[in-house]
Amino acid sequence: MEFSELIRTDRAQAELRRGPEAAPLRGTLCVTGHHLLLSPGPQSTPDLWLLLLRSVDSIEKRVAGDSGTITLRCKDLRVLQLDIEGAEATLDIARSVEALSSLESVITSFPFFYRPKGLRLGDAWHFHPPERYYKRVARETNAWRLSEVNEDFSLCPSYPRAVIVPRAVDDDALSRSARFRQGGRFPVLSYHHAPSGTVLLRASQPLSGPQKRRCVEDEELLRAVLAGARPGARGIIVDTRSSHAAKQARMTGGGTEAKAVYPGWKRLHRPLERGRPLQESFVCLVEACGDKEQSMDRWLSRLQGCRWLAHVKEALSTACLAAQGMEREGACILVHGAEGMDSTLLVTSLAQLILDPLSRTMTGFQELVEREWIQAGHPFQLRCAHSAFSHARPKHEAPTFLLFLDCVWQLGRQFPLSLEFGEGLLLALFEHAYASPFGTFLCNSEKERCLCEVRTRTHSLWSGLNQPKEQRKLWNPLYVLNPLAIWPSVEPQSLRLWQGLFLRWTRPPEPAEEAWEKVWQIVTESQKTEGSQPTVSA
Amino acid sequence: MEHIRTPKVENVRLVDRVSSKKAALGTLYLTATHVIFVENAPDTRKETWILHSQISTIEKQATTATGCPLLIRCKNFQIIQFIIPQERDCHDVYISLIRLARPVKYEELYCFSFNPKLDKEEREQGWMLIDLSEEYKRMGLPNNYWQLSDVNRDYRVCDSYPTELYVPKSATAHIIVGSSKFRSRRRFPALSYYYKDNHASICRSSQPLSGFSARCLEDEQMLQAIRKANPGSDFIYVVDTRPKLNAMANRAAGKGYENEDNYSNIKFQFIGIENIHVMRNSLQKMLEVCELKSPSMSDFLWGLENSGWLRHIKAIMDAGIFIAKAISEEGASVLVHCSDGWDRTAQVCSVASLLLDPHYRTLKGFMVLVEKDWISFGHKFNHRYGNLDGDPKEISPVIDQFIECVWQLMEQFPCAFEFSERFLIHIQHHIYSCQFGNFLCNSQKERQELKIQERTYSLWAHLWKNRADYLNPLFRADHSQMQGTLHLPTAPCNFMYKFWSGMYNRFEKGMQPRQSVTDYLMAVKEETQQLEEELEALEERLEKIQKVQLNHTKVKSKQSEPSKQSGFSTSDNSTANTPQDYSGNMKSFPSRSPSQGDEDSALILTQDNLKSSDPDLSANSDQESGVEDLSCRSPSGGECAPSEDSGKDRDSDEAVFLTA
Repeated sequence: MEFSELIRTDRAQAELRRGPEAAPLRGTLCVTGHHLLLSPGPQSTPDLWLLLLRSVDSIEKRVAGDSGTITLRCKDLRVLQLDIEGAEATLDIARSVEALSSLESVITSFPFFYRPKGLRLGDAWHFHPPERYYKRVARETNAWRLSEVNEDFSLCPSYPRAVIVPRAVDDDALSRSARFRQGGRFPVLSYHHAPSGTVLLRASQPLSGPQKRRCVEDEELLRAVLAGARPGARGIIVDTRSSHAAKQARMTGGGTEAKAVYPGWKRLHRPLERGRPLQESFVCLVEACGDKEQSMDRWLSRLQGCRWLAHVKEALSTACLAAQGMEREGACILVHGAEGMDSTLLVTSLAQLILDPLSRTMTGFQELVEREWIQAGHPFQLRCAHSAFSHARPKHEAPTFLLFLDCVWQLGRQFPLSLEFGEGLLLALFEHAYASPFGTFLCNSEKERCLCEVRTRTHSLWSGLNQPKEQRKLWNPLYVLNPLAIWPSVEPQSLRLWQGLFLRWTRPPEPAEEAWEKVWQIVTESQKTEGSQPTVSA
Repeated sequence: MEHIRTPKVENVRLVDRVSSKKAALGTLYLTATHVIFVENAPDTRKETWILHSQISTIEKQATTATGCPLLIRCKNFQIIQFIIPQERDCHDVYISLIRLARPVKYEELYCFSFNPKLDKEEREQGWMLIDLSEEYKRMGLPNNYWQLSDVNRDYRVCDSYPTELYVPKSATAHIIVGSSKFRSRRRFPALSYYYKDNHASICRSSQPLSGFSARCLEDEQMLQAIRKANPGSDFIYVVDTRPKLNAMANRAAGKGYENEDNYSNIKFQFIGIENIHVMRNSLQKMLEVCELKSPSMSDFLWGLENSGWLRHIKAIMDAGIFIAKAISEEGASVLVHCSDGWDRTAQVCSVASLLLDPHYRTLKGFMVLVEKDWISFGHKFNHRYGNLDGDPKEISPVIDQFIECVWQLMEQFPCAFEFSERFLIHIQHHIYSCQFGNFLCNSQKERQELKIQERTYSLWAHLWKNRADYLNPLFRADHSQMQGTLHLPTAPCNFMYKFWSGMYNRFEKGMQPRQSVTDYLMAVKEETQQLEEELEALEERLEKIQKVQLNHTKVKSKQSEPSKQSGFSTSDNSTANTPQDYSGNMKSFPSRSPSQGDEDSALILTQDNLKSSDPDLSANSDQESGVEDLSCRSPSGGECAPSEDSGKDRDSDEAVFLTA
């Protein structure tokens, strides 16, 4: 398909307004296959303004006389306004942007064309988390093995090729267990907590159905998990649905593990919001954040009404419960909801961040995202198809990953010295998950990424992030290794709205940026002084 | 002390607010100034000290099988619950505290017995630290338009005003006295702040006694004089900080507001800040929300909204912003009043000054601001903060709201203030503590009569001496933000107002960030400075050595000292925190909430601290997590704490798990 067919007008004179604080930009507006760009006249600043069309969430056009206005609401929550000369040009550009920004084909998307200087294709795709993580686990325990039973993605289309499973369970049993779990997501290792010898597992719901079917291999697998931890170890299944919802799921073939047949395991239900209600919560919050005219009381009531912070609180406390079960109770934890690709990952990844100092480093966190979200089969393409502004009927959209980032931000606020990365990294991940020149967040699973040859034909975000520019925003200068678990407070008084994300474009950025600069300055000065000790030896 | 019915009760339990099962057993002492609880645990012997003047309410609850609970709520937002085994003892303590917490004479207050072991000269110097005549000089006064007036010498015109006041040059004594007769409590228009860049000024007064139609020529001339003192503008704003309805109701009582027709060239403006009664109830409601035990997010946000607290804070800020803009952007002078001109007027004038003048955002400047707009202009500290037993309807968190406004600004502009949140918290604490004389009484006149300066110590000197504890490491004096007016976003922004848990939940240490950026950065800065000094010294020495050419001796410089650096760069074990009760009402994890582990120290004075000469709460930096963090940052201190802690908890976990 040729993009040119979709481009009705490729240029017009326009003025861009980027909010009340920034000066407007005048120049020639061009539409290309993947970008909207504005090149200012030769006399003004040389900066070319560039917008990835993929990041446009909704577009609104208004024509009056022989000019028009287009309002672009972006997936990163920015709102841009373009005043365009010519009514016809306005409409044409609006239609072109509309068509180009909603293309669904993966292999014609920008990452397949993006060839930045200084990066070589395939360079940073060296993250192979299952294998890499397995090496770490193998150093700590020998109760686990790396299985390639899913080599051709036939057992579980949303799992990666290799998964970590109990040594005592063979591939044959795994495939039987897979048939007993929705989408084939049989229990696999998510994290091994060496200090307590316990493990964190994730799966999808068992397909017990109304007849309360059983699967001996699945039961065996979970028994082997406990046996591998230590004799007499106990386990807790954290079901991210209410017990009512879990029971209801039986009618459609799903269900939960029956206590009687999984000895040593007990079940806790911690309902977490997912799917459409979560998307609606996000939409409501963003709407409230964009309304500057409301009264104070109205703002607080909308903040409460959208329930976003309640979701943050619930997600964090469930993760804490899982982490506490491991560290304090010495129990193995299995997390699942229904499909095991959303709230399940939220809980397992947050629990690791709380317990594992390594996952709080820059590399460790990137690995965590890669392993627990991307490789674990969180369907990014479906979930992040639209952000909060889209008028399109929501289908599979849900800001689960954003909720994860928000929870990480809350952890960082309560433990400002314990994360090696700064808010900038979280903001970047949010942006790139929704629209990116890099291939990292493309597709819904490893299988799809293989089919699209994402690894060989696009660049990895991780190598993009490691480029030298803007490193100061990504790293936290205050970081000091904290070997302990970081237990956050989940009291409402301790949780705050993430202003840096939700109000990023509505408040002037300078004060916060200056503060961050100052922090860097203080820390760098101290390092310089430390480095300049004279050596008086002669 | 005749009011102490029982000086000592044994086997009292101090209940942990978070988990009622964890209570410390100890002995309760009543002294003339404090309630002291000493834990029995032989290794810690932790002590909790509560000043009588901090006690807001005491509640004796129904006796249970374990004893008689006594709930004490403090004005600094601490809540303490004791369980006293014998009902009779509890009653005695209750009756004693009721009396002790409500002194009837100033002489009963702590500042008259508090002795920080300073000699007379030091005390006098302390009182001289903040000098308002210096401050007016700094503003550029007196000048061609403003002069110092002695019309209120010996408080002859207005007994709640200071004696030294700046008024327009063209305002004669006749005009001033005439105007004062037309103003509530004779609080005539006087200068609060002069903006030397454009001659605009903020003046303050009380409401005019205009009723429905009364006029006063001198008052009209007074406002005229204020306008003339600013050649740059042909009008002045008159800002009535009350809601219009309240102001109109006042007319029926012969008071009211300025009629634009009677005064030439004024622009009259209402800004609806509610009265002290509404504010008192609002705080009460918000504190009830803070006190909820594990509220849901909805409960909390709903309660916060319902209290109206942030709406009131915003109203005060809006008024301040309006005035600051009138002054700096329109170049117009502003006269501010409310009813009596000592509550809302003080709030609004000081917020506007803070926005306009970077000096007030420094440590000393802020003290000056409080001294000027609050202390000298007769804010009724005694009535508002209930230092002496009085009418409970007079109590209202007026200055608390101002302090919160400053915090909200600090959150918006992290680099604009020289001081940190801790500074504000300690000032709030001492407004109620009555440990220093600054905030005693209702006016300068009363303070003078009481000879406060001869008999008590000044808080400002105390804070200044410990200023290192209050600095904001992010402060950028060189910075554009600092050089002029703080520019708030033009659009009305509710989002910038946040709940201040660092104040209202400050004793719930588990809710606060577990690591303090401020303290960390201050330590880094201090370390850098030390190293720099050391470096300089070493270089100097090196130079000397080279000069003397002592080539044959090997100079072993003291290389051990810089190792202190590694103290905070290695590991931060400070987060010896334990999880809270995440299982909620889940039966399977019954009632284990290990959260408070070592955190009790937050509210408790350790013995070390007591031995130090300064019994001031603030010296222990109690409320902040940071101090603790830093002391733990050394590798040795850090490692033992968590292991000890987790060891203790592990046992209980197992037990819980088995029963589940």
